[in-house]
Amino acid sequence: MAEQASSELDAGSPLAVSLRGVTKVYDSGVAALGPVDLDVRRGEFVSLVGPSGCGKSTALRLIAGLAAPTAGTVSVSRLAAETRGHHPIGFVFQEPTLMPWASVRENVRLPLKLAHAPTSEADARIDEALAQVGLAEFARAYPRELSGGMKMRVSLARALVTDPDILLMDEPFAALDEITRFRLNNDLLALWRKLHKTVIFVTHSVFESVYLSQRVIVMTARPGRIGAEFRISAAEPRGEEFRTSAEYAGFCRQVSNALAPAYAGQAGA
Amino acid sequence: MKSSPHVVRLLLPVVVFAAVILVWEAIVRINNIQPYVLPGPVAVFQTLIYDWAVLSQSLGVTLLTTLEGFVAAAIGGIALALLFNQSKWLEYSLFPYAVILQVTPVIAIAPLLLIYLQQQTAVVVCAWIVAFFPVLSNTTLGLNSVDRNLAGLFQLYGATRLQTLCFLKLPAALPFILGGLRIAGGLSLIGAVVAEIAAGTAGAGSGLAFRIAESGYRLNIPRMFAALFLLSVTGIVIYGVLALISHLVLRRWHESALGKES
Repeated sequence: MAEQASSELDAGSPLAVSLRGVTKVYDSGVAALGPVDLDVRRGEFVSLVGPSGCGKSTALRLIAGLAAPTAGTVSVSRLAAETRGHHPIGFVFQEPTLMPWASVRENVRLPLKLAHAPTSEADARIDEALAQVGLAEFARAYPRELSGGMKMRVSLARALVTDPDILLMDEPFAALDEITRFRLNNDLLALWRKLHKTVIFVTHSVFESVYLSQRVIVMTARPGRIGAEFRISAAEPRGEEFRTSAEYAGFCRQVSNALAPAYAGQAGA
Repeated sequence: MKSSPHVVRLLLPVVVFAAVILVWEAIVRINNIQPYVLPGPVAVFQTLIYDWAVLSQSLGVTLLTTLEGFVAAAIGGIALALLFNQSKWLEYSLFPYAVILQVTPVIAIAPLLLIYLQQQTAVVVCAWIVAFFPVLSNTTLGLNSVDRNLAGLFQLYGATRLQTLCFLKLPAALPFILGGLRIAGGLSLIGAVVAEIAAGTAGAGSGLAFRIAESGYRLNIPRMFAALFLLSVTGIVIYGVLALISHLVLRRWHESALGKES
């Protein structure tokens, strides 16, 4: 079995994110997460899979610094110097979360604008980020004029525009149709190979997690803990043929089996 | 084909208006009703032209009062909502009084204001009291309706309070603010009229509402109708202008300004 195999495997590369004994209890008294220990190495693509309410999104928010842990420590390596407009973390939400009053270009500009980056430099980086997600021609469009998949691409471009070390993605493609999701999966993988970002990807789709990740972490429900861990050791680069391979099906079966106990307690699930 | 429902929508009220005018004039003529009981539309229109010098001056006075009240309401309502948004303490302390000011009938407050304030000031304050609340409550609602994830994004990128206000909260609240202003436009006219009637002073500085009261005492019914007509047109124009501004500002992005088929 591949369980618990990862940390030792790429011990060579430095840690990007490290959680130690992290728990999160909300004001309402609901224990959402933990305790959780998690190490993610630089350049790694890790997925968190689990049922709704297992604290996957909470974990991402803690890493992003959008919420504080109740106990434990969250450390994020700030690799590059935080120059103007260079932010170490990019976040992609489940919804595109675009400002409807601003054009695609202005939406992507937001992180740079908040950091007071010089306009000429910002313009160049916006062009680059839009080109990376294949939306160069839609810079002047408004969000309402775009399809769901394109809005998600804008959201991705906005996360990439600060050239972050770490990309946090919270079920970003869950609301899209299957074909669009597959295309975005492939494009995301291509970007990851090219840009060498650390990606932490939250999803409730076993198939999506296995297809994308080097490592899949299965979480249990309330409070969310790490139930199992799988190294997806398929050859790179992955493409559509991997999606239909027996190897892929095998990984999916393993992850699904590990996930089953988490769902067993949920009536009617 | 595509524009026909649009034309019908514009045409129908005009047809109704013309029909009412015709029937009104016919009733007055057939029954030979005297103008001091009920003037026909033709008589009202003639009065409008003969008395234009007096009426236009009063129109100017009322318009100015309305405008001052409206601007004060817009600035006051938005500023107060921004303050409330920055400090919960301030909101909890003051919001109940804003509500009290709103629910107390302005016609009952006006005589008091006229005692303590100069007449012109009192009239503007009345217009402000009536009009500021929708701006305040709509702006508050808008500022609190910011998308949670967008707010999280601003937090992630270390936005300052001012940046969050200017780039996120105010644009997100804009449709609500414009909705509040649209209501406030009509209300500030009502406030101005109420205060003018309560003030009841004659002279060069008297507005349209005073003309109506004055003409009533003199049984100059056609002039009452003419002044009423002008007030009504003023209200329509104010609403139309504000609706147009709202449409122009929001047309690129907000659902309310988009056509059904797009």
